[in-house]
Amino acid sequence: MSKVRVLVGTRKGAFICTSDGKREKWEIDGPHFTGWEIYHVKGSPADPNRLYASQTSGWFGQIIQRSSDGGKTWETPGGGMSMAGRMPAGESNKFVYDASPQTGKPLTTHQWYDGTQHPWEFKRVWHLEPSLTDPDTVFAGVEDAALFRSTDGGKSWHELSGLRGHGTGPKWQPGAGGMGLHTIVLDRSNPQRMFVAISAAGAFRTDDGGKNWKPINRGLKSPYLPDQTAEVGHCVHRIAMQPSRPNVLYMQKHWDVMRTDNAGESWQEVSGNLPTDFGFVVDVHAHEPETVYVVPIKSDSEHFPPEGKLRVYRSRTGGNDWEPLTKGLPQANCYVDVLREAMAVDSLDSCGVYFGTTGGQVYVSSDAGDSWSPIVHDLPAVLSVEVQTLA
Amino acid sequence: MNHVQVLLPQHLRTLARVESEVHLEIDGIATLRSVLDALEARYPMLRGTIRDHVTQERRPFLRFFVCEEDWSHESPDTPLPAAVSSGKEPLMVVGAIAGG
Repeated sequence: MSKVRVLVGTRKGAFICTSDGKREKWEIDGPHFTGWEIYHVKGSPADPNRLYASQTSGWFGQIIQRSSDGGKTWETPGGGMSMAGRMPAGESNKFVYDASPQTGKPLTTHQWYDGTQHPWEFKRVWHLEPSLTDPDTVFAGVEDAALFRSTDGGKSWHELSGLRGHGTGPKWQPGAGGMGLHTIVLDRSNPQRMFVAISAAGAFRTDDGGKNWKPINRGLKSPYLPDQTAEVGHCVHRIAMQPSRPNVLYMQKHWDVMRTDNAGESWQEVSGNLPTDFGFVVDVHAHEPETVYVVPIKSDSEHFPPEGKLRVYRSRTGGNDWEPLTKGLPQANCYVDVLREAMAVDSLDSCGVYFGTTGGQVYVSSDAGDSWSPIVHDLPAVLSVEVQTLA
Repeated sequence: MNHVQVLLPQHLRTLARVESEVHLEIDGIATLRSVLDALEARYPMLRGTIRDHVTQERRPFLRFFVCEEDWSHESPDTPLPAAVSSGKEPLMVVGAIAGG
């Protein structure tokens, strides 16, 4: 029988929740990495037992953790005892921007909050995206925004500096939460194509495996920019793709829910009848590419659901027409947030939808959003939710 | 050969998988640099957690205490006191207080 494994990153550790295909009874394992911020945990599509976790701390910096047994045990890749003749150990935590004369030289500064230029400074890994085909290849989106890749299971990391270096880097600026590369979307139909999103720079696409990049922000409009339709500078919060239609992407921007049908060449707003189009998460039904989920948040200065009612909104028409999903969710006095990494879908026949809150709840719907129940109530603030559908 | 004790904050003990203080043999003069080099050689997972990977500067929210004195701003090449290089007193790596 099928199983699901939900990987939850929180402010104070990681948790792994497992259930059978009914998704009614759950086992909670954790906390792992107690006391550390776990920005993201994600499994390899090529080997579901291979997991990667980003463990981070303002005191101690960035740690990459890896599991090869589905999260039962963890290791710092290459971080064990030094052994003569092997590659240098302890490199798995080392994220160093490309400063080579050929490609790194122009990548010295980005725009600071006040419009002045500011040097790039590595802070943490926001997002880990394992390759679709190789368990040892994984991409990391980091703050300050850049894309790194490991091809040795996380032991060593190298920047794909074509992203920072394509020309608009000096115009990127941090959002309120920092200047993070938080979204990495791989295209199953085209291994050379990849999408990333950065706060606050916007969305970017490569068609040659990460060597060359271009901004894909036409149609985005951001009132906090001097030029509201500028090529870059947009605070994109999340992008989601349904694998069967890789040219269709949905975006939750700072404000506005957007859609593209041409792989980002142009975007149209599909906020429609949402009560507010501010929010962080967006995801797409595993089997219905026109069924989209968002969680509206009141505003950029009030990060909680409108009217204190926690509502997921679902569109079955690819946007514009949205319906609130409330069954099983608190409909009074709820003032949690749902952060950008904290929604996921499984691929069971009856698609499961999952999201976590800053109040420490992780909710599941096993009927595509019609009804919800909590997997767990009282975790630390949830930063990320991913789900693996296991045979 | 000097024998130096290092006291790590709890999170780094967990990361290095050590229960209590770390004992290191230092060949030559014991300094902050030589002790941290030896610590990171034995526990590579600690690289980058106390000092920056590239600059080798102390991370801003960590401090070094030695014989009841703050050595956070000492030169990394200053010889540590005899009480530390002989193992009688530990080098303490301490997470700075943040928040309240």
